[in-house]
Amino acid sequence: MAVEWYLVLSALLFATGVAGVLIRRSPLVILLCLELMLNAGNLALVAFSRSNGNEEGQVFALIVMVVAACEVVVGLGLIVAMYRRRLPLNVDDLRGLRG
Amino acid sequence: MSATTYGWLVIAFPLAGSIVIALGWRVWPGRAAGWIGTAAIFASFVSAIAAMVMLQDRPADSRELTSSLWEYASAAGLDIEMGILVDPLSVFMTLVVAGVSTLIHLYSVAYLWTDRGYSRYFAYLNFFVFSMLLLVLAGNFVLLIVGWAFVGFASYALISFWYRRNTATKAGMKAFVINVVGDVGLMLAAFFIFRELGTFDFLAAFEAAPDAFTENEGVLVLICLLLIVGAFAKSAQLPLHTWLPDAMEGPTPVSALIHAATMVTAGVYLIARTHPFFELAPSAADISAFLGLATLLFAASVALAVTDLKRVIAYSTISQIGYMIVAVSIGAYAAGMFHLMSHAFFKALLFMGAGSVISAMAGVQDMDRMRGLRRAIPFTAVLMTIAALSLAAFPATAGFFSKDEILGFAAERGGYFWIVVVGGYLGALLTGIYAFRIIFRVFFGEPNEEARALEGGEQYHAEPFNPATGEKEDTDVGFPGKHWIAEQAWPMAAAMSVLGALAVLGGYVQVPGVDELITKFLTPTFEASTLFEIHEPTSDAWLGLGVGGVLSIIGIGIAYYLWVARPETPARLIARARLVHEFLVHKWYFDELQDALTYRPMIALGQFANSVFERLVVQGLVSGAVGLVRGFSFVVRGAQSGFVRSYAALLIGGFAALGLYFLIASS
Amino acid sequence: MVEVAFFVGAIGALGGAISVIALRNPFYSVLALVVHLVSLAGLFLLLYAQFVAAAQVVVYAGAVMVLYVFVAAYVGGAEEPLWEPIPGQRLLAPLLAAALFVELSIAVLGTALTALGDEGPTLGASFGDPASIGELFLERFLIAFEAASLLLLIAAVGAVVLAGRRREASDGG
Repeated sequence: MAVEWYLVLSALLFATGVAGVLIRRSPLVILLCLELMLNAGNLALVAFSRSNGNEEGQVFALIVMVVAACEVVVGLGLIVAMYRRRLPLNVDDLRGLRG
Repeated sequence: MSATTYGWLVIAFPLAGSIVIALGWRVWPGRAAGWIGTAAIFASFVSAIAAMVMLQDRPADSRELTSSLWEYASAAGLDIEMGILVDPLSVFMTLVVAGVSTLIHLYSVAYLWTDRGYSRYFAYLNFFVFSMLLLVLAGNFVLLIVGWAFVGFASYALISFWYRRNTATKAGMKAFVINVVGDVGLMLAAFFIFRELGTFDFLAAFEAAPDAFTENEGVLVLICLLLIVGAFAKSAQLPLHTWLPDAMEGPTPVSALIHAATMVTAGVYLIARTHPFFELAPSAADISAFLGLATLLFAASVALAVTDLKRVIAYSTISQIGYMIVAVSIGAYAAGMFHLMSHAFFKALLFMGAGSVISAMAGVQDMDRMRGLRRAIPFTAVLMTIAALSLAAFPATAGFFSKDEILGFAAERGGYFWIVVVGGYLGALLTGIYAFRIIFRVFFGEPNEEARALEGGEQYHAEPFNPATGEKEDTDVGFPGKHWIAEQAWPMAAAMSVLGALAVLGGYVQVPGVDELITKFLTPTFEASTLFEIHEPTSDAWLGLGVGGVLSIIGIGIAYYLWVARPETPARLIARARLVHEFLVHKWYFDELQDALTYRPMIALGQFANSVFERLVVQGLVSGAVGLVRGFSFVVRGAQSGFVRSYAALLIGGFAALGLYFLIASS
Repeated sequence: MVEVAFFVGAIGALGGAISVIALRNPFYSVLALVVHLVSLAGLFLLLYAQFVAAAQVVVYAGAVMVLYVFVAAYVGGAEEPLWEPIPGQRLLAPLLAAALFVELSIAVLGTALTALGDEGPTLGASFGDPASIGELFLERFLIAFEAASLLLLIAAVGAVVLAGRRREASDGG
């Protein structure tokens, strides 16, 4: 399978993630869509690694996975904190940045 | 000490006097300021005499001395020094100026004795004399312009001396503005001279002139016309004369000094000094001469009609200066200077007498209310009559010799200058009439109230009021609280006596065919002049004098008829020639003309600029910019909604745009 | 054979992705993501990235998703309201996403990098082995490795701090 197939698929998954971030209102789901985007990036990295014959892309993908995990941890912590404080779990209602 | 040192002293004394009085006005006891001022000018006069003596000691061909204190500017082809030129012409002028100024200072000491602005007056007056002397002694155009401007300022300060009077301040401003017009002319002339000849220095410029210019060359005519503008503004000739009658708002000694004897002669001096230019540009000189003639006749006609005492004398001044301008324009330099000198004597005396009369009338200046004062103020009456005789060129007075010498010279030049001769003699006749109009109206007839009061020994008192408008005066600044008349104050009487003597005897220095001292004295300055050599034969001169004398007696006779023998005649004449009378009383409507030609258009322009340009363009631009920014910020503010998803959308949108750009750029 | 595997994986990944953004219940979205991740692991295997595939399944689908499930259960699956307060967002989102996809595709397909047009070089047997990955980590990318572990530590501590109970008042604020 030519590498460009993987790359186009990666672009498609990325676009889907973007659409999800823009459409969904629950912070949990937005985080999920963020995961989608990260994984699309991972796919591209691994595909390029295959195309170059070099394992460095895979190493990069692993680091991305680590970073994604950290980010999820923090994000979920935020959501739990929000829930604890009885804030509405809806990014549209959290408008403190307004000005 | 050399003549030039005396020259510097001549300038230094009045300046020192002015500074000393101005800085120490709280310190000087009582009325010392007046005496200090008079002493300063007297010292200046003595220095002027010394300068003349030293000058005459030298051989005749080395009597043009320059002396410079320091270099003012010396760069890029400019070479201007603070230098004076001591030559017969300037020494002559300094003698006249300093001499008459001393007498007027003496007169003012008494006249303004009770005025609260006493020290200020003498500081200004000394400053004026300093500037006038600087003007006449200047050795280059730059210093001349400095003196010219200072004189204009001093005139303004002194005209609006009683500054609480609305009319006085307006008159001061009017004088200053018209003088500035002249200043511009003079400055432009100086620029052109520098451009053509490369120097501002008098002697250098006059030497270079015949080689640099051909006769009647365009630039030279322009220079001369600009000089004429400057001279006419300062000397109150047509059409820049309107400020002088209004300048009578100042105290009478100021009128005597500035607007009779000295400042208004600056224009005459200017033309005499720059005569090499005028001789090379005869067309400009002729324009000057004929304008002077026109002024002469115009002013004489108005003097027949106006009723304010000082204004009659003011118009007389304008007329007599017309004679002087004619003289120096046609080449009769010695005659012009002679008339300048004798005019200074009799006009200053006339004003001094007028001051005394006005004091006797407790501030009233309107001749309609003056009658029969000769027994009340006899001394003043006698001296004013002497002055009037000299003004009318009655035989054997100073005015007699000086005025007719000018007309004789014009006859000698011949050609179209005969118009000058005829006009000049006609003016002489009118002069005789209006001069004695004053005398007969004021001093003859039944004594009026004020006169009877004075004869009884007490002075008529009145509430202080503005002679021009009649409104009550604000005496906080101080107007002569007590009005002083010559019979009471010895300084006034002393000054008037000296001038009276001079007005009679002053003419004998230049009797045609007998001793022509002035001509001889001035020869070194005018050596290079071709016109100076024209000399009329003595017999013709005496013929001219005879005609002049006869006309003057006829004029006095007419005045006697109109105002003493048949006093009802003037009223009948006015009734029959009402329009002419109105025209004359309104000074040929010159003020209204100037108002319409210059003042109103400027005001209209200013209003237009304000309402259209300022409001629409400037304000519009500013408001428009403000509105634009405001609108823009309103739009931008809409992006701060607080919705995270909109921010994300913006982010992604921007990213997409960037990607598009790179895609296109790389293709 | 490989193509079939690819398309199976691709459809799984894509389906999972679309389900994530389309399903109303957040819990179901989490489950859809799990499907997506496993499909991606399959794709990684196709690309000779064995270790990465294993890590994907064990770490990502295993640990991270479990976290998600816990939180989703804790927080509850509140359904989102239908009405969209931001005008034009419903239209803008697919549009922007499509624009992004098109641009990326053009970049990939229209590129001058001809190497993308084929499968890639023949690889050694140990390509993608844990051993080679481990070597790279501990030799060339040691600092990145250590930094990543540090990051994990910070994240863990941060999460505890964020979500921990406050001993003072404002428990309900």
